[in-house]
Amino acid sequence: MPATVDPNPPVKAPLGGAFVWAGRRAWLLSALAIAALVLVPVVVTFSAFLDIEGEILAHLAEFVLPDLLANTFWLVLGVGLGVSVLGVSLAWLTAMCEFPGRRLFDWALLLPLALPAYVTAFVAIGLLDFTGPLQTWLRANWNLTGLPEIRSRGGVILVMSLALYPYVYLIAKNAFATQGAIALEAAQSLGLSRWRGFFRVALPMARPWIAAGLMLALMETLADFGTMAVFNYDTFTTAIYKAWYSLFSLPAAAQLASILILLVLVAVVFEQRSRAKMRYGAVGRSAATRRIRLAPPFAALALLYAGTVLAVAFVIPVVQLALWAREVIATDLDTRYWEFAWHSLLLAGMGAAGVVAVALLLAYAGRQRPGPAMMWTQRVATLGYAFPGAVLAVGLFIPVAALDNWVIGIGQTWFGFDGTDILKGTLLVMLLAYLVRFLAVGFGPVDSGLHRITRSIDEGARSLGAGTGELLARVHLPMLRASLFTAATLAFVDIMKEMPITLMTRPFGWDTLAVRVFEMTSEGEWTRAALPSLAIVVAGIIPIILLTWRGTHTHG
Amino acid sequence: MAELVLDSVSQAYARRQIIADLSFTLPEGAIGCLLGPSGCGKTTALRCIAGFEPIQSGSIRIGGETVSRPGWMLAAEKRRIGMVFQDYALFPHLTVAGNVGFGLRDAPRPTRETRVTELLELVGLAGQAQHYPHQLSGGQQQRVALARALAPRPRLILMDEPFSNLDVELRERLSLEVRDILHREATTALIVTHDQHEAFALADWVGVMHEGRIQQWDTPYNLYHEPANRFVADFVGQGALLPGEVINDHQVEIELGVLDGHIPIDCGTGGCAACMRHCTVDVLLRPDDIIHDDDSLLLAEVENKAFRGADFLYTLRLPSGQRALSLVPSHHDHAIGEKIGIRLAADHVVAFPRS
Repeated sequence: MPATVDPNPPVKAPLGGAFVWAGRRAWLLSALAIAALVLVPVVVTFSAFLDIEGEILAHLAEFVLPDLLANTFWLVLGVGLGVSVLGVSLAWLTAMCEFPGRRLFDWALLLPLALPAYVTAFVAIGLLDFTGPLQTWLRANWNLTGLPEIRSRGGVILVMSLALYPYVYLIAKNAFATQGAIALEAAQSLGLSRWRGFFRVALPMARPWIAAGLMLALMETLADFGTMAVFNYDTFTTAIYKAWYSLFSLPAAAQLASILILLVLVAVVFEQRSRAKMRYGAVGRSAATRRIRLAPPFAALALLYAGTVLAVAFVIPVVQLALWAREVIATDLDTRYWEFAWHSLLLAGMGAAGVVAVALLLAYAGRQRPGPAMMWTQRVATLGYAFPGAVLAVGLFIPVAALDNWVIGIGQTWFGFDGTDILKGTLLVMLLAYLVRFLAVGFGPVDSGLHRITRSIDEGARSLGAGTGELLARVHLPMLRASLFTAATLAFVDIMKEMPITLMTRPFGWDTLAVRVFEMTSEGEWTRAALPSLAIVVAGIIPIILLTWRGTHTHG
Repeated sequence: MAELVLDSVSQAYARRQIIADLSFTLPEGAIGCLLGPSGCGKTTALRCIAGFEPIQSGSIRIGGETVSRPGWMLAAEKRRIGMVFQDYALFPHLTVAGNVGFGLRDAPRPTRETRVTELLELVGLAGQAQHYPHQLSGGQQQRVALARALAPRPRLILMDEPFSNLDVELRERLSLEVRDILHREATTALIVTHDQHEAFALADWVGVMHEGRIQQWDTPYNLYHEPANRFVADFVGQGALLPGEVINDHQVEIELGVLDGHIPIDCGTGGCAACMRHCTVDVLLRPDDIIHDDDSLLLAEVENKAFRGADFLYTLRLPSGQRALSLVPSHHDHAIGEKIGIRLAADHVVAFPRS
């Protein structure tokens, strides 16, 4: 009966459905592609075992591996202990106690994050070495010798602990400040003193947080290259570098890298398990009004302790850097220095832009197509923060070089193309490695920013007539601006500090500030390493200010 | 402004039926309300009307235009429906004026500004135009959300539990205010709530929903006094069910006496006239159907009492052991255990088949 004419023939139904379906699949596919990028270096390094060169392996197993394993074991044990003790004790003091200067220490104790460990390392050696000012002075005035050697296992552990304790400090402080205060009151009401309450309630409750911070610090320890190079302390990262440059053996580098990945993955598993146990209680009231007011002698001790840590981990190194930099500024602040700085800014800028763009894509994918598959994909995609730069350099260089050879082979056969590399000599490997390593740094703020935009905000905008493009331009981007800025800043500074990736994959002529620091320190020229280091430190202070500012100024 | 018609709409999610065979008509300019316990499908119904969820059968029409049918839906942004969300969903990066003007982007600037000012005056926030949402109280945010939804002169306003985040006192005041504003803008509006006081205060038409179905679509008065089934009787208002025997087609006898009125149930073969004390039914008695009368010979024991200011709500134990509720002015303060005289004062019968 053609009597009734349908005003809205349902022609869009099948097509629209297909679009929705294809759209949802496209989100998962792009997320999977990002995750694959993270898996490439893992697969590549492990596949090095498929092609074993007996001689090299025997050499590694006999002369290299035992030392590496022993060194790594003591390093992880020592640094783990060091950062836990420093981080937890300082967090407890600033979060739960009241003593003069507490408000300053609360954020200032994070400042060592701005100092890359390799900078603290060479300053420590420069100061405390046999020929350094302290020992020289002691010998001249007191005829004192026999200070413990700084270039030792103990020295490495000390420097790394001072550089990395803020990871534990920051996360433990939040745990104490939010859930600890309420639990402690409950403990007190049940008759426990506040000090016993710390050990019986607050500390056990904060354990997952502390463990997560500790694991992050240990991942950084395993990934560290610069400090180990300065101390000449052989670990996997330095061994990979040597295999790469001295042995010119990619398979050896890859095999070492795969062992390091195994070690790192242990830390990752522990970290993820601790995170799963972290339950954020209501942030509600702050602990401010209920801090333990320390009696004068204890307050003095607290002040002395926190002050010493801050001085040793940040103030003294920075002052020394400034003094050294002043010595050489007249000669070293030349066009080459500006070239290093320009390269650093350019690379960090490009890297950060890439990180933010991919992080945004990944976070959006999660929003558009939620589900367990997406959750796992996101987890894998953000796992790169655990991979040491030296591993990523090897794991991404190998496939890119292979791709190059393949393309060149085709080019030669079909077009008479003559050349040795296309992608290998470009910034591609380096930028990809930055992306993998620092994606998590950018993803965190972007994703949490996106989570703050509730579904009803989207629906509100749509019911007011906004289509997809408008929703993005008028609602999402303005609401995400702060998160994108944070993500970009964090990634930018991390890339500026980054050493092994830049060192191992930079194209000819692309020396950066960090590379300059490496070159000067490997020649023992501490004074001349100071000027580029200072620039990196200044950049590194920015995210700490950001972090502190956000911590005190965001609502809820 | 337009009439809203739902014609046997069904919606299922992951093979679970959320709403089934939902039909009602909300006349142009009227305020309707979907009332029901949580999980009854009322919010889903609202989201289907808004265009955020597809439907599997039936159709939704606004002002005669079909906006949803199986396999096809008009995009939410093209429906000209204003929506007020439970969490208000105000844009945190825009001022109050920016929020209210959001949906007016196509209008020329002077028109937009006039409309924003007009609405802010209507909701009493003219002085807060340049404030940001987080600087406002919950009630003020609520009003901004309403003004924002009203600004583009939508055909229909939808509100999802609009007062649930406010404290009780504010909730009552604001619901009257909102009713006023909606009537002044002459907007058709549909509100979803689980609070019957809110529904009664706001709505011209209320649909009680249960397990995805509308149990009754009626005026608040009829819902209370002539509930269509046990669920509605139980969910709306208070009351007790007492067994009664049908005498004929317009009389039922219960313990407290004989009630006159139409008996809206099927009494079996021969009808209720042939029943003569054979058919038993459950009779609904509201607290105001039983009044306290010291001269009455019918006595009931006070089993419990709740002071409510102007009156007491007594739970009474009748001689047979059955319980009933009675609303009594609060100067009649009787102790628990005391026997008081009561009288039946119902002018119609609400009865359901015995279960």
